[in-house]
Amino acid sequence: MNCLETIQAYAFRSIGFGERLLPRSDFTLCDQFTLIGSGMLWNIYFGAIALVFGFVFATALALAKNSPFRGLRKPAEWFIFLFRGSPLFIQFFFAYFLFLNLKALSPLFDSFTAAAVGALIVLFLNTSAYSAEIFYGALRSVPKNDIEAADAYGLTGMAKFRRIVWPTMMRLAWPSYTNEAIFLFHATTLVFFSGFPSWKQQGDALYYASYFADKTFNPFVPYPILAFYFILLTLCVISLFGMVNRRLNRHVSQTQRKRMRIRMNLIR
Amino acid sequence: MFSYCTDPSTLEGLSWLSCYLSTGKHMAFYASFGTVLLLLAITAPTALLFGLGGAVAARASFAPLSWFGRGYIAIVRGVPDIAFFLFFVIALDQGIEWLRHKVKCPDWSEPIRQGSDFLVCDIAKMPLSASPQWVHEIYGFWLAILTFAIVFGAFAANVIYGAMQAVPRAQLETAAAYGLNPRQTFRRILLPQMWSFALPGLSNLWMVLIKATPLLFLLGVEDIVYWARELGGTKNARFTDYPHGDWRMWYFLALLVFYLGFTKVSEMVLSRITVRLSRGQATVAGEALRKAKG
Repeated sequence: MNCLETIQAYAFRSIGFGERLLPRSDFTLCDQFTLIGSGMLWNIYFGAIALVFGFVFATALALAKNSPFRGLRKPAEWFIFLFRGSPLFIQFFFAYFLFLNLKALSPLFDSFTAAAVGALIVLFLNTSAYSAEIFYGALRSVPKNDIEAADAYGLTGMAKFRRIVWPTMMRLAWPSYTNEAIFLFHATTLVFFSGFPSWKQQGDALYYASYFADKTFNPFVPYPILAFYFILLTLCVISLFGMVNRRLNRHVSQTQRKRMRIRMNLIR
Repeated sequence: MFSYCTDPSTLEGLSWLSCYLSTGKHMAFYASFGTVLLLLAITAPTALLFGLGGAVAARASFAPLSWFGRGYIAIVRGVPDIAFFLFFVIALDQGIEWLRHKVKCPDWSEPIRQGSDFLVCDIAKMPLSASPQWVHEIYGFWLAILTFAIVFGAFAANVIYGAMQAVPRAQLETAAAYGLNPRQTFRRILLPQMWSFALPGLSNLWMVLIKATPLLFLLGVEDIVYWARELGGTKNARFTDYPHGDWRMWYFLALLVFYLGFTKVSEMVLSRITVRLSRGQATVAGEALRKAKG
């Protein structure tokens, strides 16, 4: 098989199109590049969807945590502590077995034990908690003058929040939120190592990388390929979020802008 | 464990549970919590040492050493850490065996990589294939610790490097003016002053390290995750005196609670250390402390 045929056969292997059997021997560099790249589709799927829904929920959580009402504040604080205080790995395991038990109770939960749904829910809740903490911090540091000016203009309630508080909160939170996004994409690699089974050997990038490392007993090829893909993905995320950051900061003078600092990634 | 546990089939309710929770397997489960704590106790200082080394190397005026330090810090960023964990364990294992192979069997002519196999001569195997099971387990645990130390060392190096840059230059210049040589300045001024700047980053790192411990499971160590999966799975009456259904959910709930508690306690301890370290510092926190004392 030449490289073009390999790409045709395996480029969408991770989502169930193309060749059914994985290569079993004589692994070429092309095989590894194609399959690990194919697995990246899962990482992007998990990361992108969790990020979009997580953004909305995190905003709500941050507001709830900042609320003067105990009934709103306490649940939000507990939710954030629960997901930030425990390892994502354990959260995955717990959620998988929880869904397994729920499945026995009602057929409603049938699809939840599949990684595509169950793991996505966990990632969504997890990133919501982390982002909510970032947004909460930003909300607390919205300048007092901005709020006073809004009051002076007679803005109240939703209009004040949408036009004054929220844009400033986003602007302040954005550099940290970019890190959170990068971090979330890295965290998606945990899915198939934590309870959630891969169906018909359709897994994410790390799943295929470790498949090759196991088969060839040579970690020095598949893992650097994985690293290459992730650095590429990280650069894409940075440039995408950088564009948003420039838009959020377009009214701020050059010298006062908060620089985007890409911090190291850590395990959650 | 208890005297009434001799015939489990007659037990009911709480007494059944107390017997169930004190079986030998469960003792191994509780001991694995000790494994996690041991890992943390060894890894944290080692990673700190690696971090200090990396930061000092990155600051060195000798260019290759500085490149090495910066490279070490940079390389661990940008790549999912779990990939590092999977990579380093095999890479370290093979590296050690390869070195021993070169030293112990110099006249071995066949290539080490034959297709999909990694072959070294028998006496170069690490640990020797004849050694007992516990040697293999200890060796695996040490590999895991080394991996954790390398990865977290890079994170710590990043934090410490930043903290060393944050120490006010005036203090270092004052030291020079008092006639301290660079080595003395490093030991007496830079190192003690740095901690107050490094602590927020390091305490964050400690939290992350706690949350990274379940990855031990991926490195093949029999840790709490391994036991929770083993013990929680359905047990039927043919193989055990304590049959039960699928309880893995409850076991993982217990792990979740364990980690939450651990995080909470760490948070409290670290905030006290922060207060202690900012005493007398020319920072906002230090100023607040001075005012509070009056």
